[in-house]
Amino acid sequence: MANASINSLLEKKNNLTLLRIVSCGSVDDGKSTLIGRLLYDTKMIFSDQIDTLKLDSKKSGTQGNQIDFALLVDGLSSEKEQGITIDVAYRYFTTEKRKFIIADTPGHEEYTRNMVTGSSLADVAIILVDVNSGILEQTLRHINICNFMGIKKLILVVNKMDTVNYNQKKFDNVKTRFLDICINFDFNQIVSIPASALKGENIILKSILMPWYKGDPLLHILENLNIEETGLSKSFIMPVQYVNRPNSNFRGYCGLVSNGQIKKGDSIYILPNKTKANIKDIFCGDESLHYAKESKSITLLLNKNVSVSRGDCIVSNLNDLKMSDQFEVNLFWLSNKLGHVGREYYLKLNTQTVRVTISNIKFKININDNSKTTAKTLKTNNFYVCNIRSNKSIWYKSFIKNKKCGSFILIDKYSNSTIAAGTINHGLRRSDNLSYQTFTVDKKARRLLNNHSSKVFWFTGLSGSGKSTIANSFEKYLYQLGIRTYILDGDNIRKGLNHDLGFTETDRIENIRRVAEIAKLFVDAGIVVLTSFISPFEQDRQMARSLFSSDDFVEVYLNTSIEICEKRDVKGLYKAAREKKLLNFTGIDSPYEVPKNPDFVIDTEKMTLNDINVLLMSKL
Amino acid sequence: MNHLEKLESESIHIFREVVSETKNPVMLYSIGKDSAVMLHIAIKAFFPAPLPFKLLHVDTGWKFQEMYKFRDYIKKKHTLELIVHQNENGLKENINPFDHGSSNYTHIMKTEALIQAINKYKYEVAFAGARRDEEKSRSKERIFSFRSANHQWDPKNQRAELWNIYNTKLNYNETFRVFPLSNWTELDIWQYIYQENIEIVPLYFSKPRMCVERKGSIFMVDDDRMKLHENETVKLMKIRFRTLGCYPLTSAIISSANNVEEIISELLITQFSERQGRIIDHENSSMEEKKINGYF
Repeated sequence: MANASINSLLEKKNNLTLLRIVSCGSVDDGKSTLIGRLLYDTKMIFSDQIDTLKLDSKKSGTQGNQIDFALLVDGLSSEKEQGITIDVAYRYFTTEKRKFIIADTPGHEEYTRNMVTGSSLADVAIILVDVNSGILEQTLRHINICNFMGIKKLILVVNKMDTVNYNQKKFDNVKTRFLDICINFDFNQIVSIPASALKGENIILKSILMPWYKGDPLLHILENLNIEETGLSKSFIMPVQYVNRPNSNFRGYCGLVSNGQIKKGDSIYILPNKTKANIKDIFCGDESLHYAKESKSITLLLNKNVSVSRGDCIVSNLNDLKMSDQFEVNLFWLSNKLGHVGREYYLKLNTQTVRVTISNIKFKININDNSKTTAKTLKTNNFYVCNIRSNKSIWYKSFIKNKKCGSFILIDKYSNSTIAAGTINHGLRRSDNLSYQTFTVDKKARRLLNNHSSKVFWFTGLSGSGKSTIANSFEKYLYQLGIRTYILDGDNIRKGLNHDLGFTETDRIENIRRVAEIAKLFVDAGIVVLTSFISPFEQDRQMARSLFSSDDFVEVYLNTSIEICEKRDVKGLYKAAREKKLLNFTGIDSPYEVPKNPDFVIDTEKMTLNDINVLLMSKL
Repeated sequence: MNHLEKLESESIHIFREVVSETKNPVMLYSIGKDSAVMLHIAIKAFFPAPLPFKLLHVDTGWKFQEMYKFRDYIKKKHTLELIVHQNENGLKENINPFDHGSSNYTHIMKTEALIQAINKYKYEVAFAGARRDEEKSRSKERIFSFRSANHQWDPKNQRAELWNIYNTKLNYNETFRVFPLSNWTELDIWQYIYQENIEIVPLYFSKPRMCVERKGSIFMVDDDRMKLHENETVKLMKIRFRTLGCYPLTSAIISSANNVEEIISELLITQFSERQGRIIDHENSSMEEKKINGYF
């Protein structure tokens, strides 16, 4: 080949567009065969691979002596053994017009989550239906998933036409039923093709065996499909992914452009602070660009020093993105672990990660008939509409307006697995959202609002054992974590509510009873209570405990020896007791009953305050 | 945007996501063309800052001499921090591709060595240049490929990976292999090398080299550790390599392509796949099995 022609060929090859396809099919309707056929007929299979394929076909193929194209794509050994596709496989092929990436996904219901994964980036879905079996429950699921993932273009391939003698009526039946179902959704282009993947009819070339079909073969449709999104807002959005600051002269904000385009000199805002600035420069590598478009990874330099960090968003139009901490979302549950209302998960939306709880499961969508039913928990492979709330406001756009700013994943806090895929329908505003009036405001609801549990930490121990010191330190620790707290101690109880009580045994019991009852009200109000009383008698502590549900009461015994307490003697009380100026003093002339089953025993002589805080936190 | 620009942007996004969200990543640098492209994109992603991670070359001791030369040249050219790790135990035992079988040798000198290095330097993430179009089990890989605390890959239980939102959370001792070039094909790599004028090891270009023919394949006699069988003769042949690995395990192709344009035009008419010359793919144990055990 002469150099000039190579260069023009390269030019052509370098200017291809990219089309991402997801292929969905049910068991045995020939999906892998279809993909194998596409790869084979577009010359993407090399001859050593064909040799391997021929060997494999003989060994485990299902097509007798013929090549089993399905074996080209089912890559895992368990897939070959079971003859089914389990996980998404990505396939690549190129024609004169386009580069294609096919996400080949399984049809089996138990692997639905893999199909959801594979369809997340697709521009178009190929839905395969066996003309003999027609529309199956799986087909309905595939249509639903495509809808959920925001795929707007569907190609229905009615396969195995060779087995029905290329009969038009059989094709029409499937097509009509398919279109009837799709009317309920918001797809904007549906193409139907009668085909035989096995025989290669209407795949690459138009079939002469089905002259009644006036449309184009599959490859032709894929090559010419228009994927330019029209009618969407073109204002610029770039979430800040990374701040590049190698020296004081260069402060670059890196990210992938989610929407619109940007050029030097444009004025922009930075969310959430709404700071205004101008674009000084745009870099990709060491090259300074005049402008950058959607899907490009760039580095932006601004005309002034402003505080920007990962998770912020650079926009040209202040009203394009919204901020909220409550949302109505669609969830697809990926995990085998059940999802529950009130449980906390991580939510990652683009470059933002926050903590969220599901506040309400509105309904489950049944994919067989698209009906809605109530649900108490979230189960694997099912779709739900839920309300969620996050621990802080995030920017977003509803998914139908912008996929990149309206899609998110939920991550389990313990296993770290990705447990759900979600899309935002809209934000909920406290003031105009009625759903919060539908449940009574109780302890559970208040905890949900606080985003933490509530309980009492009952510190018991001798005078001078460290109750107040530890309660104060733990309160500071909790405060920094955003947890609402209150300390009940001698100072604020004895001087007010209990000023009528003395130090007789009856009064001491009444003192503890009142403290316990108040603590209970605080816990009901959703607050973490720290009580700091000697509370020497097991019976009184048991009485206090009995007022709470078992999870809400944490008994913390400060095991400090009397010698140490007496040595500390901060208030001079031990001295007074020894001198008989103070009677009924615990440890001197009144007993301290060591707790039998405390939740924690703290050795204050060995542990640091920080260790104690971390230890106690484990109960919250 | 054309497809190369899209692929480049996706790869840059992956690099930045890892550096933003994980501790102590490293790039596995194997000196070949995919590593060259990966390095080029990483430098672009963080320009003008130096690379925010080190490079790691897991060396078997059996790479082509020209590869070592090129590695040291690139290190100097870009002032890179490059760590070379070898499996000391394997070296002591003199594990080599001739006496121990390619799959055994690969396991000890590559897979085990990689795991040693990750444990030693406590890397959370290892970038690697593997592509999904290379091999069937690789086509099932996630971009962020999760590995358990003992470096196992569980192909049937991979994390869902949706949109371009990557779950980067790890528990103690768990790691990721991250593949920024997942969606690139061999042709994309060459087109990009051409477009960006990326330097690659000269072994990719045709030149008369000392070779021996063995079992229908052509091997280059890179040094005198290559033991000749009976009836084998070393002769000068005009060859080049489509992929690079350990010289006794990497077969050459007869070709006269001595620039990138010619390589691309050769690629467009070839009948053979890229990994055909890689012996380890064809021995008993499959790539899937190797990957489950920790091969990247």
